[in-house]
Amino acid sequence: MAQKVVDAVKAKFGDAVVATSSEHGDEVITVKRDKLLAIATFLKDDPAMSFEVPVFVTTIDLAHWQPLGRRGAPDEGTRPAYDADASDGLRFEVCYQLRSLKHRHRIRVKVQVKETDTKVPSLTPLWPGFNWQERETFDMYGIRFDGHPDLRRIYLYDEFVGYPLRKDYPKDKRQPLVRRPDLVGDH
Amino acid sequence: MLELITSKLEDAANWGRKFSLFSYPFVTACCGMEFMSVAAPKYDIARFGAEFPRFSPRQSDLLMIVGTITEKQGPALRRVWEQMAEPKWVIAFGVCASTGGFYQNYHAMPGADQVVPVDVYIPGCPPRPEQVLDALIMLQDRVQRGDGHSQIRLKREKIMLAAANAEE
Repeated sequence: MAQKVVDAVKAKFGDAVVATSSEHGDEVITVKRDKLLAIATFLKDDPAMSFEVPVFVTTIDLAHWQPLGRRGAPDEGTRPAYDADASDGLRFEVCYQLRSLKHRHRIRVKVQVKETDTKVPSLTPLWPGFNWQERETFDMYGIRFDGHPDLRRIYLYDEFVGYPLRKDYPKDKRQPLVRRPDLVGDH
Repeated sequence: MLELITSKLEDAANWGRKFSLFSYPFVTACCGMEFMSVAAPKYDIARFGAEFPRFSPRQSDLLMIVGTITEKQGPALRRVWEQMAEPKWVIAFGVCASTGGFYQNYHAMPGADQVVPVDVYIPGCPPRPEQVLDALIMLQDRVQRGDGHSQIRLKREKIMLAAANAEE
């Protein structure tokens, strides 16, 4: 559907595009982190692209990632896509979904980052609608958006430690703000 | 003799309290729909004298916790409860307010009783209106017997105060 967008980005930026794929008719391009801002500016400002609608930002944690249709632990002898031991292990995929009402096409832009270095250029200066979405992504996954005007937690409280949607956050770990003083024992 | 008079007076006061519960609906989630149904004419909680939701905690003596309580809401809930007039009662409406329900994760509080003492728990997701009316009748019995959490606390404080005065 948006193959011409993928072709245009590839023609203009060449080796900045790491990979392309198609999911259920949606074109996905994975780009290099330091070229994200330039590619996003191109996608927004070029009249043939004109992606004016910021749809969503989110992150995929590849820590326990399995191909579609597979569940549970990975098969014996296979490793998940994310290898924690590898020094170049890319753990998170930050996804930007964009849409153009003018040309009626859409594109998903992905950037892969390491666990130790989760900085990604913020696209809020281009699309103000990404402001709270990037804050949510920061809140839940700890992705640090460079150039975001107000990067702080949006859903959780400031006292919260850690990032709850990361796969290594214990699923029933609670961080209470207040408890009854008349209750005895540790809850 | 004096004791008999004060205990009978307390009974009379409790009789009055149980038929004029002023509720503060702390509505956070989908159970609110069922709460509206209870308050509306079909099930009509007014038949039990609790028809008047006061949206100020200072004017109410029944805290209805309707829906999921998150950890972030904990301080607000505690503060609402502290502002309410004594004696006060608390109903946990629905399974989320009672135990956290199907949430077992970072954000949901495992029951509102982690923060405020709850007198009556209503299970269900959401509860049937009849269950809410049943719970209200149970609470009325409790009010009449004088063994709600805040009533017991007030009695204990009174006894401790009397003991401290007798020592002096």
